[in-house]
Amino acid sequence: MAEKSEYCEHILLSRVDLENSTSIDVYLKSGGYETLKKTVSGRQPQEIVDVVRESGLRGRGGAGFPAGVKWGFLPKDSKLPIYLIGNADEGEPGTFKDRVLIEKDPHQLIEGMAITAFAIKCHTAYIYIRGEFAKGAKILNKAIDEAYEKGFLGDKVCGTDFKFDIYVHRGAGAYVCGEETALIESIEGKKGQPRLKPPFPANVGVFQGPTIVNNVETLSSVPWIVKNGAEAYRKYGTEKSAGTKLFCVSGHVEKPGVYELPLGFPLMQLVNEVCGGVKDGKKLKGVIPGGSSTPILTPEECENVNLDYESLMEAGSMLGSGAVIVLDETVDIVRVAARLGKFYSHESCGQCTPCREGSGYISGLLQRLNEGKGEEGDLELIESLCDNMAGKTVCPLADAMVMPVKGFLKKFRSEFEARIRKKAYQKADKG
Amino acid sequence: MALVFSEKAQASYEKLLKRYVDKQAVLLPVLYIAQDEFGWLSDDALKATAELTGTPEAVVRATATFYTMFDKKQVGKHHIQVCTNVSCDIVGSEAILRHLEEKLGIKAGETSVDKKYTLSEVECLGACGYGPMMEITSRGAPGEEIKDEYYENLTVEKVDEILGTLL
Ligand SMILES: Cc1cc2nc3c(=O)[nH]c(=O)nc-3n(C[C@H](O)[C@H](O)[C@H](O)COP(=O)(O)O)c2cc1C
Ligand code: SF4
Ligand code: FES
Repeated sequence: MAEKSEYCEHILLSRVDLENSTSIDVYLKSGGYETLKKTVSGRQPQEIVDVVRESGLRGRGGAGFPAGVKWGFLPKDSKLPIYLIGNADEGEPGTFKDRVLIEKDPHQLIEGMAITAFAIKCHTAYIYIRGEFAKGAKILNKAIDEAYEKGFLGDKVCGTDFKFDIYVHRGAGAYVCGEETALIESIEGKKGQPRLKPPFPANVGVFQGPTIVNNVETLSSVPWIVKNGAEAYRKYGTEKSAGTKLFCVSGHVEKPGVYELPLGFPLMQLVNEVCGGVKDGKKLKGVIPGGSSTPILTPEECENVNLDYESLMEAGSMLGSGAVIVLDETVDIVRVAARLGKFYSHESCGQCTPCREGSGYISGLLQRLNEGKGEEGDLELIESLCDNMAGKTVCPLADAMVMPVKGFLKKFRSEFEARIRKKAYQKADKG
Repeated sequence: MALVFSEKAQASYEKLLKRYVDKQAVLLPVLYIAQDEFGWLSDDALKATAELTGTPEAVVRATATFYTMFDKKQVGKHHIQVCTNVSCDIVGSEAILRHLEEKLGIKAGETSVDKKYTLSEVECLGACGYGPMMEITSRGAPGEEIKDEYYENLTVEKVDEILGTLL
């Protein structure tokens, strides 16, 4: 399910196509847990935080916040225990990369979490995995058991005084629980409704303790970085977007799948070279570059854009989770917008009025447009509803809906207008 | 009828308690256990969960109703869930869903009269490069482990084949 490419060394996917890649023996044979051993027996926590900060590793869950910097926000004198959470909720439509890391190389994630825990002086971690990944949860639990047996987890990690436990906590079907504070509420056994920030989880997180939430891919990058050093990691990627990243390509390409590439890789090279081009030789209509929450790019915009945080921001979109959705010329953009509208209104947790009401209202209008029942003025109404949602809510889910919807309306407006006009014609016909 | 957790389930619960410093945190895992034990989360199952965990029933109910994977109605032995989010939609998930509706004689959101199948249209399941796709959750006898399987790169023929394997 993951393809290797020849464009860079594989930092994250080096083991995925080995036979029995999930077993601890295979992991150990390829040098696994060596870095953890060296870390806990000979290095200082601050050194590890520094290496990760200097490596430029940025969060791979969507926001791209520098991992080492976030770890540095933890209070130095916390009386409550510090927690680490691996975010394996993978809910952003288009995203299917963490699943590969979990199902094919669980020990890399466990080692990454153990090294991170040592760095941030944490003794208890949870992996919050979306409920539908039942298979992934099973694989993780088995790998965790193996790691305990071999002494890489538990009261004496690698025979030292460092104590570290990991527990798998299954979600139960709620996209919003991927948001870190909703996730924390969910671990606490509550409804997954995001908390108002500040305080940020690094100060007050799960069970009131300082908490670091990192994406699975972020944590899986840590063993390689700590082993090979910040400079080695910076060999890949760009100045501000260092390292390699997993890109999950779906939709109309010949070879969809998960690919590890250096950040800054040209988008069209990914589509045309790595993925074998648009399926069946059709023309490209657009690319959603970073998951369903990121604004679509037109073919012209795709031409010169690179897959890194800055380039995509400049192009008016985002790198997001690295979920590249390729749409060919046959795709009906109004239908895509309506489907995403339905998704976000379904997933709104309901605690903020602008998000709860706005998402439902916009989704209703989009369905109506899609069914050919749109009215003159609907597009303007959607846009004004969008403006009343963005930035006015507890969590960024409202923005995650507004950004792509506005993108579709702006860049493919004529398709929406044609749908409204078609209805007007039909009316006139009948009249 | 009052429901009671089996001894095995109670032992699992005791083990779970050690994972968290707050006892309400066991709710999600315990609701999964309740669903395994009792088939679905009926009022009685929620009551039993509240009793086992010493959490007010209202709290248990609030949590249980928030999450889509906790079944508040009885579902069929095989719960067939077809993703229709964008990556799957543009490669033909609707045709798969319609085919299933026809084959099973039920609409998305319904359960067959013999309680063998429930068909649902669901949001992205994290398999977007391999659409159309569906997840089938199959229950055995109460307390027996639930089977969860992803089926990817579906065609109508493949769906028929898979349906043929469901007992
Ligand atoms: C609505 C919403 C859904 C999110 N879903 C996920 C998710 O599924 N996985 C994830 O890692 N981060 C998700 N995030 C981002 C997290 O809040 C958080 O930023 C991230 O886990 C931090 O880890 P990172 O810094 O390593 O990326 C989501 C954010 C929002 C607002
Ligand atoms: S923005 Fe929406 S999802 Fe986020 S907290 Fe508010 S209502 Fe909930
Ligand atoms: S869109 Fe169907 S699995 Fe992601």
